[in-house]
Amino acid sequence: MYKDYWRSNLKILSILLTVWFFVSFGFGIIFSDFLDQFKISGFKIGFWFAQQGSIYFFVFLIFIYVYLMNKLDKSYKEKMNKNKLD
Amino acid sequence: MDTQSLTYLFVGLSFSLYIGIAIWSRASSTNDFYIAGKGVHPIANGMATAADWMSAASFISMAGLIAFLGKDGSVYLMGWTGGYVLLALLLAPYLRKFGQYTVPDFIGTRYYSNLARLVAVICLIFISFTYVAGQMRGVGIVFSRFLEVDINLGVIIGMCIVFFYAVLGGMKGITYTQVAQYCVLIFAYLVPAIFISILMTGNPIPQFGFGDTLVNTDTYLLDKLDKVTVELGFNAYTENTKTNIDIFCITAALMFGTAGLPHVIVRFFTVPKVSDARKSAGYALVFIAILYSTAPAVSAFARMNFIDSVQEVNYQEAPSWFRNWENIGLIAWKDKNEDGLIQYSAGNALEGIKPDFSNEKGVSGERVTINDPDMTNDNEVYIDRDIMVLANPEIARLPGWVVALVAAGALAAALSTAAGLLLVISASISHDLLKKTFMPKITEKQELFYARCSAAVAILIAGLFGIYPPGFVAQVVAFAFGLAAATIFPALLMGIFYKRLNKEGAIAGMISGLVITSAYIINFKFLNIDLNSSEYWFLGVSPEGFGFIGMILNFSIAILVSFFYARPPKNVYLMVDQIREP
Repeated sequence: MYKDYWRSNLKILSILLTVWFFVSFGFGIIFSDFLDQFKISGFKIGFWFAQQGSIYFFVFLIFIYVYLMNKLDKSYKEKMNKNKLD
Repeated sequence: MDTQSLTYLFVGLSFSLYIGIAIWSRASSTNDFYIAGKGVHPIANGMATAADWMSAASFISMAGLIAFLGKDGSVYLMGWTGGYVLLALLLAPYLRKFGQYTVPDFIGTRYYSNLARLVAVICLIFISFTYVAGQMRGVGIVFSRFLEVDINLGVIIGMCIVFFYAVLGGMKGITYTQVAQYCVLIFAYLVPAIFISILMTGNPIPQFGFGDTLVNTDTYLLDKLDKVTVELGFNAYTENTKTNIDIFCITAALMFGTAGLPHVIVRFFTVPKVSDARKSAGYALVFIAILYSTAPAVSAFARMNFIDSVQEVNYQEAPSWFRNWENIGLIAWKDKNEDGLIQYSAGNALEGIKPDFSNEKGVSGERVTINDPDMTNDNEVYIDRDIMVLANPEIARLPGWVVALVAAGALAAALSTAAGLLLVISASISHDLLKKTFMPKITEKQELFYARCSAAVAILIAGLFGIYPPGFVAQVVAFAFGLAAATIFPALLMGIFYKRLNKEGAIAGMISGLVITSAYIINFKFLNIDLNSSEYWFLGVSPEGFGFIGMILNFSIAILVSFFYARPPKNVYLMVDQIREP
C-alpha cells in the first residue's frame, strides 16, 4: 500500500524533473544556440527559453505537481480507510 | 512635491506600516517565534517567501548585471527560480511533515548525531551572514543616494526597524511584515518597468515589450541592441560569451543552492499542512516569477536607454542622473580624447577598474580620478552595475513619484531578506546550539529569551557589516550558494530519499563538500586572483559554478563511506517512512 504510494510519487517526480531539466538546462543552455536560429516576433527561441520560458515552465510544473500529489494523497487515504473497514 | 520629499514620504509610510504590523503580531512562544505557530496561509506564506527570497541583490543588482552580461545573465534568472521546483518536489513537503523548527534539526535527527547538526549549523551561519552583508550594502546605497543621509545613519535606521519586528515578533512578525514588503517591492518594480516598456515599444507588458519593435520603427528592440552592442565592441546582447559547461554549472550551483538555503526552507515549516507546503512553494514561485520575468526586460531597456542617453553627449549637457551618481562615486568619466563628449564602449575606462577620486575637478567639471585611464581602449565611462535599476526611472525621465517608489521598494527588498536571515541565525543558535546541544535543560521561556538575544546580536553584527562593508561582498555570494549546494542540499535530499545513508556517510559528505568548495573558491577569489580564468579552472568551471561539482562529490563520498559502516538504527528507518507518508 505505502510502497505503491511511494512508487507513484517517484514516478511523478521523475517525469516532472525531466521536463524541468529540458526547459532550463536543455532549451536554455545546451540546445540554446541551435534554437536561436528560429524566432518568434523579436525573440530568438533559445534566448527566450533562457530568460523567460524556463521560468513560466517552472511555475507550471509546481502546480501540476500540487494537483497530482493531492490526487494521489486522496486515493491513498481512501484505500487506507477502506482497508480499515474491511 | 519634489522627488526628495516624495521619497521621504514613501519610505516613512512604508516603515510605519512595517512597525504597525510588528506590534500587531508579537510572538508569545518559541513555536510562534521559530515557525509562526504553523498558522500561515499558503498564499501569505508564498508572498512572505518571495519577499524573503528577493533580496537587495534581486531587486537592485540583478537587472543591472543582466543588462551588462546579456544572455550570459540568464544563469541568474534560471538559477534563482529553478531551485523552487526542486524545493517543492524534493524537500518542502517532507521537511514540513518532519515538523521541527530548523534545518539543522532535521539533519541532527535524521543522522542521529550532534556532530552532523553542528556541521549544518556552521554552514548555515556562514551562508546567512554572507547574505546579510549584501543586504546592508543595498540599504546603504539607497539611503545615501535618495535620502541624502549618511550611509552609516541609513544602516542604523534600517537596523532599528529590523530589530523592532524581528526581535519582538520572531517568525510571526517577520512573516506578516514580509507580506507587506512584497506588495511594496513588486509594485515598485513593475511600475517603472511598465512605463518604460510603453515609452520604448508601446507595449504595456514588459515581458512582451522587450521582444517587440521600437516605437515608430520596424526594428525589434533586441535586434537593435545586438547591433549597437557589437558596434561598440561588446558581444552581441543575445549571445553567450561563457562556455556552455560553465553556464551549466553556474546555473546548477545556483539552483541546488537555492533549494538548500536555510532561510528559504524554514519558511515551509510555517504552514498548517503538508499539502500547504507544496502549494505554498507554487505561490512563492508565482510571486517571484512576476519580478524575475520582468527583470530581463528591464535589463534590455536599461542597456538601450543608457547607451542612447550618454553616447556622444557633451558632459556639461549630460542628464542630471549621470552627475548625481558620479557624486556618490558609482559613475566616473575620463575624457580620454579630450573632446568634452562622453564615449562609451567595451573595455575598462580606468586602470584598476574602480575609480578612486581626488577632490579636484577636471576641464569639463567632472570628478578627477587618481587612477590613470586605461589607454588600451576608447571607453571613457565607468559605471557600477548595481545602479541600473535605481537609475532606470531617471534615465527614462519618469516622474518623481516613480523614483521615490523605487527607493521604498529597494529598502523593502533589503529589509525583508535581512530579517529572514537574522531569524534563521538566531534560531540555529538558541535552538540547535543551546537547547539541543549545550544547554538541554533550559525552559521554553529561557529559550525564547536566548532566541531574542541572539537575534539582537546578529543584527548588531549585520549592522557592522553595513557600516564597515567588507570589500568581498560580491565575491562571497558565490560562496553562499556554492556551500548551500555542496553541503545542505545533498544532506537533506539523501535524508529523505536514501534511507541507507548513515551518519558517517552524511558527515563525510558534508565536510568534503564544504572543504573542497571553500578551497576552490578561496583559491581563485582571494589567493590567486590573477589565475582566475578558464585555462586554470577545473574542467573550465568557474568558482561561481563549482558548488555543483562540490555537490556531486558530496553525494559520491557520502554513499561510498556509508557502505563501510553499519546501517542507520531502526527508528531512523521508521522516521523516514513516516515523513514519506502523506
